[in-house]
Amino acid sequence: MSEHIVSPKVYLAIFAALMIGTTLTVWAAFQNFGPFNIVIALGIATIKATLVVLYFMHARYSPKRTQLVIVCAIFWLAIMLGLTLSDYDTRPHEMQPGVSRLEHPIGGGSCVGG
Amino acid sequence: MHRTGDLYGQFETLEQQKQTASLGMWVFLVTEVLFFGGMFLTYTINRSAFSTAFGIGSNTLDIALGTGNTVVLIMSSLTMAMAVWSAQVGKKQLVSIFLIATLGLGTVFLGVKAIEYKQKFDHHLIPGHGFDMKYHPTHPMPGDDPKELALENKEVEEALAHDPDINFHGQLYFSLYFGMTGLHALHMIIGAGLLLWLIKGSFAGRFTPQYNTPVEIVGLYWHFVDIVWIFLFPLLYLIDRHR
Repeated sequence: MSEHIVSPKVYLAIFAALMIGTTLTVWAAFQNFGPFNIVIALGIATIKATLVVLYFMHARYSPKRTQLVIVCAIFWLAIMLGLTLSDYDTRPHEMQPGVSRLEHPIGGGSCVGG
Repeated sequence: MHRTGDLYGQFETLEQQKQTASLGMWVFLVTEVLFFGGMFLTYTINRSAFSTAFGIGSNTLDIALGTGNTVVLIMSSLTMAMAVWSAQVGKKQLVSIFLIATLGLGTVFLGVKAIEYKQKFDHHLIPGHGFDMKYHPTHPMPGDDPKELALENKEVEEALAHDPDINFHGQLYFSLYFGMTGLHALHMIIGAGLLLWLIKGSFAGRFTPQYNTPVEIVGLYWHFVDIVWIFLFPLLYLIDRHR
């Protein structure tokens, strides 16, 4: 099993893609897409992160067991985010503007969008 | 421990040794993903509960500095990747050059972050006693844009009319801002230390096509820190910009 060497051309292409992603995300932030602003911002960030993992971090050319570890990280993160947010989202918190924070020490309410 | 050159006794080949080391680094990075994940979770829950205060807080950040820093950090990832390539193809001098470039770009990032923190201190935006979302014009700073500040003040006034607690919720945003960017910066400082160690090794000609594991491993760490910033930048800087 010999090592795969990623060429500088690939690195430069990925760098260019990351720069385009950064430009797009700043541009998109100034447009009004309503609730989709956050979806677009996180979508672009996820694509950028995936490119970094696959090429800069060589995940695409790594052994299967390394790839398994990466998938596990995403899976566990999904459990933590998914279960916690669905819990917060389904509890009947009341956050009324103007009510003292001391009466409602824990913030809640809808976790979708923002 | 029995050791032949760079090969430790428990491994058959350098290739196997390198794969083991990089697997170990990935396992560490999994714990880091969950560590930062917890903070992103806290951020998401508070942002959805206090979206007005978070929007105002986010708008006080300097988008030009934030975007510039994102570019600097991605460039440092490119030079880090190029350092790994240089080691793999045996260009020893290039390894040093690219490692120094990475360290330089990392330092620029931290410097800009320090300027941003200073600005927040000047504008009374440090959580705790004296925190005020409304800018105090008693200490105008040379870099302040009066139009921008007037707009921010108007926003805070309007929000205060609906919610007198906006200053409490604003502190939550800035606590998360300093907590998350602070821990990210701490990772960068540790990364800079690791780079110094690599640069020392590269001057001694330690990294060759046969043995370049330390460059590869520190590279994985550096790219991970880059990924954290890729998510921090839109979440902290780009809320409610379309006002």
